Amino acid sequence: MTTERPEVAAAACASATIVIVGAGQAGGWAAQTLRQEGFAGRLILIGDEAHPPHERPPLSKAVLAGEALHESTWLHKSEAFEALDAQWLPGARVTRIDRAGKRLELAVGEPIAYDKLILCTGGRARTLSVPGADGPGVFTLRTIDDALALAPLLQPGNRIVVIGGGWIGLEVAATACKKGAQAIVVEAQARLCERTVPAEISDHLLALHQAHGTRVILGAGVAGVSTDAFGKPVVTLTDGEELACDAVVVGVGMVPNDELARDAGLACDGGIVVDACCQTSDPSIFAAGDAAAMFNPWAGRRLRLESWQNAQEQGIAAARSALGLAVDYQPLPWFWSDQYDMNLQIYGVPLPSHQVVARGTPGSASFMLVYVDGDVVKAALGPNAARDLRFARRLIEQRKPVDLARLADVGVPMSRL
Amino acid sequence: MSNTQWIDASAVDEVPEDDVIGVMVDGRDIAMYNAGGEIFATDNICTHGHARLCEGFLDGHEIECPLHQGKFDVRTGQPTCAPVTEAIRSYPVKVEGGRIWLALG
Repeated sequence: MTTERPEVAAAACASATIVIVGAGQAGGWAAQTLRQEGFAGRLILIGDEAHPPHERPPLSKAVLAGEALHESTWLHKSEAFEALDAQWLPGARVTRIDRAGKRLELAVGEPIAYDKLILCTGGRARTLSVPGADGPGVFTLRTIDDALALAPLLQPGNRIVVIGGGWIGLEVAATACKKGAQAIVVEAQARLCERTVPAEISDHLLALHQAHGTRVILGAGVAGVSTDAFGKPVVTLTDGEELACDAVVVGVGMVPNDELARDAGLACDGGIVVDACCQTSDPSIFAAGDAAAMFNPWAGRRLRLESWQNAQEQGIAAARSALGLAVDYQPLPWFWSDQYDMNLQIYGVPLPSHQVVARGTPGSASFMLVYVDGDVVKAALGPNAARDLRFARRLIEQRKPVDLARLADVGVPMSRL
Repeated sequence: MSNTQWIDASAVDEVPEDDVIGVMVDGRDIAMYNAGGEIFATDNICTHGHARLCEGFLDGHEIECPLHQGKFDVRTGQPTCAPVTEAIRSYPVKVEGGRIWLALG
């Protein structure tokens, strides 16, 4: 698409300044896209971490396990990053957006003027509000620094208590076990990943982790975290049980960093509200990634997509939009998690109104659950079924009716549906 | 060049139409594609995330990596979709006597 809006000339001209706040994956892709689309003006990339733009998925897996250097997660090799000709401000914090003056105030240093602003502020790990949750030995996992701090504790003989049986918690538990540590997962709900997957998948995850020797405590509340005589953390559950350990990892979700936008009076609703062009309620300001809340046609509601795919694609879309290029971002949500030798993927948004068709046997190592509305596929998910799921994605996008009996028959290749 | 060394990689029948398979050829992990009856070959390991392209999804002349859904043109190895930015090596192919021959170079 090359249709241009009138303001493209203004935004793309060599004297314009585009500032990106947030140097994660969305910010990194936005920067790269601006240059790829020919933006010749001043490009400023502000990040509160010390690291250049990077992908986060390996931080709970290969980087945490010490199998990959954290530098391997960087989006750009150093020459490519330099070629972006961006003014990169690492470890910098923006304290205020002055919309009237179109400039940013920083915790340290002079204000920065912008013509267009792209907010890729991401999120931060949610913390527990119980006593001792900010004490020694209690970790969260979101950043490179988090992964590097926790990694040395994942070793034989150590016991790791993971609070929260969601994706991050389970990936950390799997990595801990792989490194020879013992993991205990404490989950408040009655099943794992309750908010994002159906019971069949929760059961699958439970069996997977139990098979690797992890104790999973469901429906358990945490009363507090204390420190024993040797300075090690002890997690006390609401039923009184005490779990002594070497480290506690709190994986109870993320909080979007939308305060900067909110304080500037931009529309926010559990995240920075943007339209399908990634534009906020201020036409000079765009947002992308974990912090952006956008109407998603597949879900039928406004939501934030906390995923690798969205960070990349929405970062690209926001950059194009900031240059005045035509953008209509309507992503089919896609998510994956790797735990042990299991790769689980989710396409689309399963809704309670959908019927479920199983392809393969739930409980086996590889199966797929397909969500249909009548005879149209709307969503699909399952463990170790990447290829079938990729075909399911095509069915979802094509919106064509399928024969449900053939869909359920593993003898019929997905490519022939 | 007449001194090209062609290596017998597999039978044509082994690569289903509009699909991809992985084969070891002379110690190298190679992805072989059948795009509408025409055979192409590239390295099998994605230049982005170390996934095997033979487990990916062939759509026309584009192979999509199963891990992050980056795409390459199987005819040239050129990247066509984010996140891949680095080309993958492609190899000359000829089909003779029902066999696929590769020039690994």
